[in-house]
Amino acid sequence: MLEVENIHAYYGHIHALKEVSLTVEKGEIVTLIGANGAGKSTTLKTISGLLRPRKGSIRLDGEDLIRYAPHEIVVKGIVQVPEGRRIFGRLTVMENLEMGAFSCPDRRLNSANLERVFNLFPRLEERRNQVGGTLSGGEQQMLATGRALMANPRVLLMDEPSMGLAPVLVDSIFDTIRQLHASGTTILLVEQNARMALQVATRGYVLQTGTVVLSDTAENLRRNEMVRQAYLGES
Amino acid sequence: MIPGSTRMVFLPDPRPMPSNFFSTVKTIYEATLEDGFSMWKRMKERMTPTDIVMWLIGGGMLALIIWGSTATLIAGRYTAHHWFDFMVFGLAQGSIYALIAMGYTMVYGILRMINFAHSEVFMSGPYTAYFVAAFFYSSGFLDQQPIISLLAIFLVSMSVSTLIAVLLERIAYRPLRNAPRLVPLITAIGASFFLQYTFRGLYGSGFQAYPVVKILEGEWAFWDFRILKFQAVVIVAAALLMAALYTFIQRTRVGKAIRAVSEDKEASSLMGIDIDRMIVTTFVIGGMAAGAAGVLYALMFKQVHFSMGFIPGIKAFTAAVLGGIGNIPGAMLGGIFLGLVESVGPSLFLDGLGIVAPYQLKDAIAFTMLVLVLIFRPTGILGEKLAVKKA
Ligand SMILES: Nc1ncnc2c1ncn2[C@@H]1O[C@H](COP(=O)(O)OP(=O)(O)OP(=O)(O)O)[C@@H](O)[C@H]1O
Ligand SMILES: [Mg+2]
Repeated sequence: MLEVENIHAYYGHIHALKEVSLTVEKGEIVTLIGANGAGKSTTLKTISGLLRPRKGSIRLDGEDLIRYAPHEIVVKGIVQVPEGRRIFGRLTVMENLEMGAFSCPDRRLNSANLERVFNLFPRLEERRNQVGGTLSGGEQQMLATGRALMANPRVLLMDEPSMGLAPVLVDSIFDTIRQLHASGTTILLVEQNARMALQVATRGYVLQTGTVVLSDTAENLRRNEMVRQAYLGES
Repeated sequence: MIPGSTRMVFLPDPRPMPSNFFSTVKTIYEATLEDGFSMWKRMKERMTPTDIVMWLIGGGMLALIIWGSTATLIAGRYTAHHWFDFMVFGLAQGSIYALIAMGYTMVYGILRMINFAHSEVFMSGPYTAYFVAAFFYSSGFLDQQPIISLLAIFLVSMSVSTLIAVLLERIAYRPLRNAPRLVPLITAIGASFFLQYTFRGLYGSGFQAYPVVKILEGEWAFWDFRILKFQAVVIVAAALLMAALYTFIQRTRVGKAIRAVSEDKEASSLMGIDIDRMIVTTFVIGGMAAGAAGVLYALMFKQVHFSMGFIPGIKAFTAAVLGGIGNIPGAMLGGIFLGLVESVGPSLFLDGLGIVAPYQLKDAIAFTMLVLVLIFRPTGILGEKLAVKKA
């Protein structure tokens, strides 16, 4: 469904992605793991159109996405929950969710989506008129996820949803990801918490200094010696 | 499981409980003394000589204002009617500042730049509409159909101001979106001069007298007070426009998107919001408000000129800073406050100090306020912290 082929991306002179290729099929959870600065966020930024790759191609159902601006890529169905959540702190919970639905003019679909988000995160419904900046970290992550779901994603890109959260909250985030997967959402998940990520994912890629060094099913990656040492903290 | 449902646990106080009333009082007293002392010490450590000079200047100004006002009120040279007239004039003038200030504050909010050419956005509309007004006047249409004429004048003025604002964004600012912040600022000043001299070339360098609209002449009486019709119209029209604008920003989808883009451009684009379109919309709104303010200004002062934007522009900028730049209700309040202080201030603060012709010092009052706010409270009266968290 989503095919990233041999992309090279730069920040000025820094060669951040060197020939990264990955695919995500419909209904899959694919995870991208790697150390700090490996280029995980850069990969997602490139897919979302925030960064234009110098070489390579990104296709969704065969259509080349590179010529589109970030907001057009959302319309195509690729929606990102960015690293650090990036909710709108001065907008209310409701307004944040409305912004998620900005590209979707269909009212009936929006109210169905809103119901779905509130079912998934009842907490957000309680706080609907609260300003985003005053939510707790866990609630902000719910809001960021809910906001992305309002855009009807065909592929949901999630950048470190568990970052900075207490262990209980991390569990609940991964529960949510499982629920989304069960309801048929396709997800590309970037995580530093490789253990959890490899538990929910069907397949995974390991990124090292801008290059994919390993790709396999999640099960095989969990057993892989190098992954166990470097990312699962086992000897 | 719903996260965050754990309760706060209160730990027992590790300090030994005082056994009687006096020792309790003593403990509290000592604790307070200690806190007060350490606070004073901290303040002393942080105070620099500049701070002290600044506070002395501020205190001095405040003392002067209080002294002047008291002296004026005791002298009793002005009656309640005078004060009422000052207030109404100040309110009218202030509403105009407020409308212009919207443009400064919204553009700052979304681009983090001061659009110094906004004063020319303000000038271009009413100056162009002058020719329409003059034509209506000479053909007698203005007197036959004053309402329609006024609407047409507003329409022309707002359209031209909007057009100029959009062109500015497109030609002067958009190519510099990623340049260091000083660059668009300098460009804005350049654009301001360019526009002034373009309009001078187009329309001439003289003052053009705006035709008088007969239905706006005269006054309405409320009990004992009289209010000039055109001032009342200016106040009401500006209030309506500001209410409409505020509702637009607060309630509509596009208004919310503008606020979202002001907060975080990248996250907004990830939500499918077209950032360029929102920025253009912001300039359109600012241009419309400035164009309308321009006609109100022309109705009040009855003349237009190619440099008419300069002073109101700086005043509106002052208003925006007063209210906390980037803050929309702040800009409205700041404008009205500035208008009031300017019209009431000279008589109230300065007359009592024995200054001759205090009214000529109204600009000095306005700019003193700008400087004071910038020194003491750069975040403005409504004091919203502008997080400079650029990634
Ligand atoms: N805006 C930027 N300008 C310049 N260099 C950048 C920028 N963003 C990222 N980089 C560099 O690109 C490389 C990859 O960064 P990226 O953010 O993709 O890492 P990451 O895998 O997401 O790391 P983390 O787990 O810490 O989020 C890093 O070396 C980083 O320093
Ligand atoms: Mg990252």
